[in-house]
Amino acid sequence: MANLLDSLLVIVLVMNLFALGTSRIQALIRIVGAQGALLGIILLLVHEHRTLPVVLVAAAGVAIKGIVIPAIMMRALRQAEIKREVEPLISPLSSIVLGATATAFAVLSAGQLPLVDQNEGALFVPTSIATVLVGFILLTTRFKALTQVVGYLVLENGIFIFGMLLIEAMPMVVEMGVLLDLVVGIFVISIIVNHINQAFSSLDTRRLVSLKE
Amino acid sequence: MIAALMHVALLLLMPPLLIGVINRTKALAAGRVGPPLLQPWYDLIKLFRKGMVLSTTTTWMFPLGPVVTLSTVLVAGLLMPMGSFDAPITFTGDMIFFVYLFGLARFFTTSAALDTGSAFEGMGAAREVTFATLSEPAIFFALLVLAQLSGSLTLGGMLHGPAGGFAATAAAPLILVAIGLFVVLLAENCRIPVDDPNTHLELTMIHEVMVLDHSGPLLGMILYAAALKLFILGALLLHIVAPFETGTPALDWLLFIAGMLALAMVIGVVESVTARLLMRRVPYLLTGALLFCGFGFLLLVR
Repeated sequence: MANLLDSLLVIVLVMNLFALGTSRIQALIRIVGAQGALLGIILLLVHEHRTLPVVLVAAAGVAIKGIVIPAIMMRALRQAEIKREVEPLISPLSSIVLGATATAFAVLSAGQLPLVDQNEGALFVPTSIATVLVGFILLTTRFKALTQVVGYLVLENGIFIFGMLLIEAMPMVVEMGVLLDLVVGIFVISIIVNHINQAFSSLDTRRLVSLKE
Repeated sequence: MIAALMHVALLLLMPPLLIGVINRTKALAAGRVGPPLLQPWYDLIKLFRKGMVLSTTTTWMFPLGPVVTLSTVLVAGLLMPMGSFDAPITFTGDMIFFVYLFGLARFFTTSAALDTGSAFEGMGAAREVTFATLSEPAIFFALLVLAQLSGSLTLGGMLHGPAGGFAATAAAPLILVAIGLFVVLLAENCRIPVDDPNTHLELTMIHEVMVLDHSGPLLGMILYAAALKLFILGALLLHIVAPFETGTPALDWLLFIAGMLALAMVIGVVESVTARLLMRRVPYLLTGALLFCGFGFLLLVR
């Protein structure tokens, strides 16, 4: 079981690097959607007793992160009529290398953290830190509003992984609340993206600093 | 003894068949019937019967390229264990010898290409060695992971691994290594995301451009060596993704052959669904492969 979990978490890490390497927004949204769905499945596996709330949260996670949010974002993407992140701050290659460095840092530093014994060997903490850092990299180095939203989603995925560690202590209602916030947030952002596109005829967030009458 | 004979027989006979399977898979995916599975063999036989034309500007280096390539790849094939069987040749540290045999083959192929004096082939040679700087460390990292896991420095020891197979002991690093090795397999054998083995007239090709001046038996040797390389690296990957054994020799051989054919089909499917990358994006892919293998190692030693 621990091996299966570790393998799934490694796939999450691999998805992080793919998200950094791709320059097509559509592919980016798909990867992050798949990552979210995978996290829902991991949540099912990490629990020893599959009680109703756990199954509900996992199902809601898969449905919202894997289907609803990607669908909303794809819609926003179609309306905005853009396909590529044209000029990220750093090239895809450097973002992959940066992401790899962040992951290496996460793997090495997680060993230093004072963890409960049961979390000692597992990859949960490194994966969580690495995913949060990759989310940060996506947020800070991309300029299109939509890719920044994806960065935010990756960041949230990282926090979600960390939350699985506290599963015994944290009530499920918190996870549900976070999921609800997330879906509303993405919904609002997608509408805003549309407005940014109409007002500035571009999704480049750097243009938002220029004044308009 | 029987195992060694079987090893040599498979090594000599099966590689062109793999190419045939890949081509057939691609044809089926594109809705065509495709050439017969043995077509690569027919092509090779035809090429070996032909005469050859040597450019007057070339020296002894030029015919040496394919000859050395084919012989080094054959030796590498004797080092690589197939399925659950041991390789005919094995000694401590043969993993390094194995990787550098491919390096030697690459050196002679590129030297032969440079020997023609054509700017076009020189460009291909430059590309080949540039990409090799990324794929070679990836193979080394992959082998390091396997060496660390099994505690053995021979290819046979590290690929057969501990009793019960690898999958049970450390799945996470092996997934990373398998992904990395698959990308290296595609890159080293000039398959589609990196290079297209079918094009001969485009400026974006890597391997094919180096062999433009070779003809007849020399070209046959190059094609045969390329098929062998695919077979050997495929056998390496197969150890990681499908480390099954039944205990009965006959069944194990069948399992190995079926595994290789399945791998060829997977490559065919990958080639059908992906487009070739832009030349300047190839290093991204290879860096990714290098990082995956490096991470596998990092996960093990942390």
